[in-house]
Amino acid sequence: MDRRKSLKALALGTLSVSALLSTTGCDDKKTDAAKDSDKASTPGYGRTDDEKLRDKQLNAEPYFTDPEMKTIAVLADIIIPADEHSGSATEAGVPEFIGFIVKDKPELQLPMRGGLRWLDVQSAKRVNKSFTESTPEERLAIVDDIAYPEKAKPEMSQGVAFFNLMRNLTATGFFTSKIGIKDLGYVGNTPNEWNGVPDDVLKQYGLAYDEKTLAECLKIEDRTKIMTWD
Amino acid sequence: MAFEIKKTGKVYDVCIVGSGAGGGMAAKILSDAGLKIALLEAGPKYDPADPDQMTQLKWPYESPRRGASTTRPFGDFDAAYGGWEINGEPYTKKNGTEFDWFRSRMLGGRTNHWGRISLRFGPRDFKHRSYDGLGDDWPISYEEVAPYYDRVDKMIGVFGTKENLPNEPDGYFLPPPKPRLHELMIKKAAGNLGIPVIPARLSILTRPVNKERSPCFYCSQCNRGCSVYGDFSSSSVLVKPAMKSGHVDLYTNAMAREVLTDSSGKATGVLYVDKTDLQEYSVNAKVIILAASACESARLLLNSKSAKFPNGLANGSGVVGKYLHDSTGASRSAFLPQLMDRKRYNEDGTGGMHLYIPWWGDNKKLDFPRGYHVEFGGGMHMPGYGFGFGMERMNGKYPGKDGATKAAGGYGAGLKDDYRRFFGAQVGFAGRGECIAREENYCEIDPNVVDKWGIPVLRFNYTWTDHEIKQAKHMQDTFEQIIHEMGGVANGTKPGADTMYGLENPGRIIHEVGTTRMGDDPRKSVLNKFNQAHECKNLFVVDGGSFVSQADKNPTWTILALSIRASEYVVDQLKKQNI
Repeated sequence: MDRRKSLKALALGTLSVSALLSTTGCDDKKTDAAKDSDKASTPGYGRTDDEKLRDKQLNAEPYFTDPEMKTIAVLADIIIPADEHSGSATEAGVPEFIGFIVKDKPELQLPMRGGLRWLDVQSAKRVNKSFTESTPEERLAIVDDIAYPEKAKPEMSQGVAFFNLMRNLTATGFFTSKIGIKDLGYVGNTPNEWNGVPDDVLKQYGLAYDEKTLAECLKIEDRTKIMTWD
Repeated sequence: MAFEIKKTGKVYDVCIVGSGAGGGMAAKILSDAGLKIALLEAGPKYDPADPDQMTQLKWPYESPRRGASTTRPFGDFDAAYGGWEINGEPYTKKNGTEFDWFRSRMLGGRTNHWGRISLRFGPRDFKHRSYDGLGDDWPISYEEVAPYYDRVDKMIGVFGTKENLPNEPDGYFLPPPKPRLHELMIKKAAGNLGIPVIPARLSILTRPVNKERSPCFYCSQCNRGCSVYGDFSSSSVLVKPAMKSGHVDLYTNAMAREVLTDSSGKATGVLYVDKTDLQEYSVNAKVIILAASACESARLLLNSKSAKFPNGLANGSGVVGKYLHDSTGASRSAFLPQLMDRKRYNEDGTGGMHLYIPWWGDNKKLDFPRGYHVEFGGGMHMPGYGFGFGMERMNGKYPGKDGATKAAGGYGAGLKDDYRRFFGAQVGFAGRGECIAREENYCEIDPNVVDKWGIPVLRFNYTWTDHEIKQAKHMQDTFEQIIHEMGGVANGTKPGADTMYGLENPGRIIHEVGTTRMGDDPRKSVLNKFNQAHECKNLFVVDGGSFVSQADKNPTWTILALSIRASEYVVDQLKKQNI
């Protein structure tokens, strides 16, 4: 058993096999489960009975109408499109996340519903079509007017507020998804051995561990040795 | 079925109410001594290694709310059940004052949630009235408690370093983990300002202390409960081994209603409602130990009225519920431009901080009497709900890779890249200080309100004074100085006098103590120096209620040390047939 494997075995030694499969960071072992959870389904995540019931109740009824969900999806992909690093907001399940979070946090419902309506009215005034019925160019013309808070005209302020909210929810939904976390380069949440900041990073910032720190801190090879003081 | 109180004939040696730090330690020590114990816990069983309860190593997308704090106050993955509000268990407030009461109904109580900051009180903390004339001295000294702190260190494990600071006693430490990048930056900046930054003292196993618990594997998620028991929680580290002795009967979902007494004034048992079958039960014991949390134990005593104890049990002094005090708290966060576009690596580390700032000031030269310590956080955390919020307030202020500054907000590939660029470039500072205990800050029984089981609830009255407000101002000044010295940009506007300098509501730091304080004078205290009620010799309180003053530390290590001391006193007194 190599050191990495033994570390994982040590860390997870007390768990059942099913828990191990559902909790390790082994990407290859959790294709279906991860896809499902990206889409806001809830396989166990340590819920109490009351919490399970609440999740079930929240999942029972959608809040948004189908046309509203369509607009949310279009906006989410305008905010976070696919690029050379990763997929788009809709590929990461952002609309489903937004559909859930407004039920979980009802204070978001009115700003979202009203904002979506504001957007459609704005679109109708300009091109006599709803936002999703308009062309990509027509959509971006509106988005350009509400996406830059410091440059937007005063009469666009409600649109700006809505777009800020939509930007926040899209970013959070994306970067907490599996593909978003990978894109971001967060590499933790897995058993490991912390042995300090990498040398090249210390060097980059002109920092170093002083001798006192090195003498006092854990020698990583002692990590599994039972401590004695006598 | 008739509505009746069900009694068992069995008489335990000891009935302990509450399974947090104080109750868990009492169960461990007393079961080791061979006593038969009934351990009552108001919530369910909890084991962070149970796959049905486990949240450690879950990803944000495994929660449909991405870990948001809607259901649990510290987020979906936090181990603590309960929170500031519990359905069917209200509390009230008086005179327009504020107090927020965090309760965690589960095996291990609030030790499942905390930051594992495990600081000993220092010599001055036990005798602060002698030092500055405020509050009261404890009836015991640091030297009397030190041997018990030593045992807690070795039994449970705490990392740290010997520093020889006058009021931050050293202990038996495990080696600390190396500092993270932002922690080195804070240490350098604070050092330039003459503010000490030393290794944190957290009850996390950088090395094992026994064969039952594995060392930390650096997921930084102690607040989620540890599946290998690499950190301290009462349920995993104390109750679990105590149960193995075979001497402990654990009663879960048992909500204590009152302590029963006989006509001689001796405690005889505890009346509780079983939340599962909604029936009323009594459990009998020779000794009753309350460890339900400072306020909940006070509530129990105040609700235990009889002809002999018309003001509530052990409350002839009228002191039960008074001298309630929580730590002060204020915070500020900042952005570090030099950390934009930083190299990625796993810097999760242990839960919480690897370094901290102990109180360094001389209060005799300052305009407030007691100190505070500073905790800090930062780094490349696992994203959760709220990640990326407010980008429109950030990305118009700092030039891009091409050197050009663009319009704030935006959308598209450029915006997507901004989230990557700003990742891990925030730091946060939080001060945790001492509030002086005052008789005027208290909890009492609300005469008009009961909870869903008909138990009269607590009503709080709590105000801050200039002592605490000026301390919070000093915290804010300190945070800004350090942030400036680091080349950082403080977020938001500096909290001013209108918000009491960002001073949190009392209760928010979850260090409330003092409601059944100890003392030598039965007219001014509830307990004697062994946590034994002055007026009821077989009744003890081993939670934070016994504290005379809360120091600028965290209370858990002192609760644990005093619980060992009180439990061994119980064994001694039972042997001598004094109780």
